[in-house]
Amino acid sequence: MIWLTWRQFRTQAVVVAAGLSAFAILLLVTGPHLVTLYRDSALASCHSSCGTQADDFLTTVNSVAPYHLVYLLGALLIILLPAVIGLFWGAPLIARELESGTFRLAWNQSVTRERWLAVKLGVVGLASMAAAGLLSLILGWWASPIDQAATIQPVGGFENRFFPVVFGTRGIAPIGYAAFAFVLGVLVGLMIRRTIPAMGVTLAVIAAVQIVFPLWIRPHLITPVRNVSTVTVGNIQGLGVNPGNQQIQNVMVAAPGVPGTWIISNQVTTASGSTSLGTVPQACQGPLASGPQACFSALAQKNLKSVVTYEPPDRYWTFQWLELGIFLTVAVLLAWGCFWWVRRRLS
Amino acid sequence: MIEFHLDSRSGVAPYLQLIHQVRHALRLDLLRQGDQLPTVKDVAAGLAINPNTVLKAYRELEYQGLVAARPGRGTFVTGTLSGSSLAAYAPLRRDLRRWLDRARGAGLEEESIEALFLSTFRSASEEDIA
Amino acid sequence: MTALHTSGLGKRYRRRWALSDCTLQIPEGRVAGLVGPNGAGKTTLLQLAVGLLAPTTGAITVLGGEPAGGPDQLAKVGFVAQDTPVYAGLSVADHLRLGAHLNPGWDDSYAQHRIDRLRFDPAQRAGKLSGGQRAQLALTLAIAKRPRLLILDEPVASLDPLARREFLQDLMEAVADQEISVILSSHLVADLERVCDYLVVLAASRVQIAGDVDALLASHHRLIGARRDEASLPGDQQVIHARHTDRQSTLIVHSRRPILDPAWTVEQLSLEDLVLAYMSQAADAAPGRRPVLEVQR
Repeated sequence: MIWLTWRQFRTQAVVVAAGLSAFAILLLVTGPHLVTLYRDSALASCHSSCGTQADDFLTTVNSVAPYHLVYLLGALLIILLPAVIGLFWGAPLIARELESGTFRLAWNQSVTRERWLAVKLGVVGLASMAAAGLLSLILGWWASPIDQAATIQPVGGFENRFFPVVFGTRGIAPIGYAAFAFVLGVLVGLMIRRTIPAMGVTLAVIAAVQIVFPLWIRPHLITPVRNVSTVTVGNIQGLGVNPGNQQIQNVMVAAPGVPGTWIISNQVTTASGSTSLGTVPQACQGPLASGPQACFSALAQKNLKSVVTYEPPDRYWTFQWLELGIFLTVAVLLAWGCFWWVRRRLS
Repeated sequence: MIEFHLDSRSGVAPYLQLIHQVRHALRLDLLRQGDQLPTVKDVAAGLAINPNTVLKAYRELEYQGLVAARPGRGTFVTGTLSGSSLAAYAPLRRDLRRWLDRARGAGLEEESIEALFLSTFRSASEEDIA
Repeated sequence: MTALHTSGLGKRYRRRWALSDCTLQIPEGRVAGLVGPNGAGKTTLLQLAVGLLAPTTGAITVLGGEPAGGPDQLAKVGFVAQDTPVYAGLSVADHLRLGAHLNPGWDDSYAQHRIDRLRFDPAQRAGKLSGGQRAQLALTLAIAKRPRLLILDEPVASLDPLARREFLQDLMEAVADQEISVILSSHLVADLERVCDYLVVLAASRVQIAGDVDALLASHHRLIGARRDEASLPGDQQVIHARHTDRQSTLIVHSRRPILDPAWTVEQLSLEDLVLAYMSQAADAAPGRRPVLEVQR
């Protein structure tokens, strides 16, 4: 049965492996130079308060093609990998057999339906997780200089690893996504029985989950820390004005300075908690010939509060394990659904 | 070795056709004592018929004393029919010729003669069974 | 032992009963033909027998076991589905390897020998085979796992006459060699006449008649005679099909005892006539008409 699973899976495996290998070669070729760049930069020898050095390093990286491109390509690949796995490894797994009628050949050999499904799910599922794991590993290795710098000072399109979009491209979470996407594809294929429609539905669900989860579920996995501080002249960074009615639209305030924090929300409210901040002070209207100081003092006198909810950086790995656990659990539940469907519904 | 064929439109049961072909071959000396009949498997495969049909024919021939099945080796011819050639029944043949002449004299056509003969033959056989 | 035993078997899809009230006992050692018009329930019955479908009502056992009830049961029954599915992307040799890996009882020398005799190129993709070749490949896979029972769903329906003949020849050879029981379905009686010694007529989703071919042919007759009402026949003669002109009646009748009424010309039936008679009875019949069943002892 393992032979048959491999034989049927061969082409799809080779295509994805070839793509990932090509990318891996790209990473292996450009990686060492990136390491050299890092070692030669001021950042490597800096031990505290390295914001400027990090900024310089990342700007250098940005100016040397193709690093930014490779970084983005890597992120794109690993974000798309679950969808690719779900669509091309998962959806056709059973749907193609149901569509072409070959299940009538397969289910009359001397293996039970359950064993047939179990081996297919197991072999290709493990391959999915391995592919995602390896890609995450090699991408993490390649990007570690950039990640270290971006943790200190996010600049030029590079963010710290806790940042929602980046979080899913590193560590062990991608393994969970791949497993989930794969089993989802298999179950959808089982239920719909046609490969192309199954691919469509799988894609829609995966895309929805990849958007919804970081936005609305991840922040609530562990209750974020909420910090209320006063807006002072020292931490105001800017002011947004609605020109039509001279109302303050928003006030930009520097967030807590611990590197690697995941800032979930950063709002300025009045002392009572309202978000309508009132009219623009006189000192901020018109051209500010003597600089923004007077304007900022005026704003500070409004006794505004800066409300920041965030997850501290020491929770990063907890979140990674949580996410892996959640997606693996869902994958297991979906797999159980596959077995139930194969036994009961296809009779 | 004898080779069988089947006429699927003759209305005669396949196993009877096989029996007739063996008997016919025996009469014409195409099959002699000691010759082997084709195996059940070869006949079934060659004609695309049920092996039980072939078995039935071979068993009937064995019952008629014409062949014998040797386990593990095949079915072999043991009897002859050439001794009982039709020439031995000359008086019956003469009676039959006379009956045919009378039937034609009565104005019966070929088909009517055949129908008369067959229906009498069949009802006589059924009476024997009943 | 019975090859196939059903009692009150029924299968419903949404609102339509594809098969109802099916009670059969097909003995082992037979080549049983399942004949009936398209849509009569033949494929449904055969798929129930191999466990691809589950019954809605009633019970079914195959070789004494539950269909697809486990690896042993699956090994006992070989199946070739309608339109002989094969893996288009796999080669002929790959299919044999499939059989070898998935069946503990696989007879590889037989399979290889058959592929050679059929003059298949082992490296050729199964998707490029002709219909007849696909049917032969599917048959090879089914027989090489050494089953006790072969179930074939319209195996020769889409084959040209030569391919059809070759398929049946190979099937009969395997039956003679390995003492397999066979259940095969067809909507053409001509395919079945030469090979079957047991017959089941399925029409309007019900079993119309079932029994050994010899017994069926011995107990059914065509009666031709002067115009007569069917009700005037004795009770033990059951009229299956009747045609009347103003002067003549032609009846197809089921009777266990010989018919001695001199008013009738009694003729033997061909298997095709018999099947057609039952199929037209089913087509005309009111629902719920009980079939005549012959059970061979």
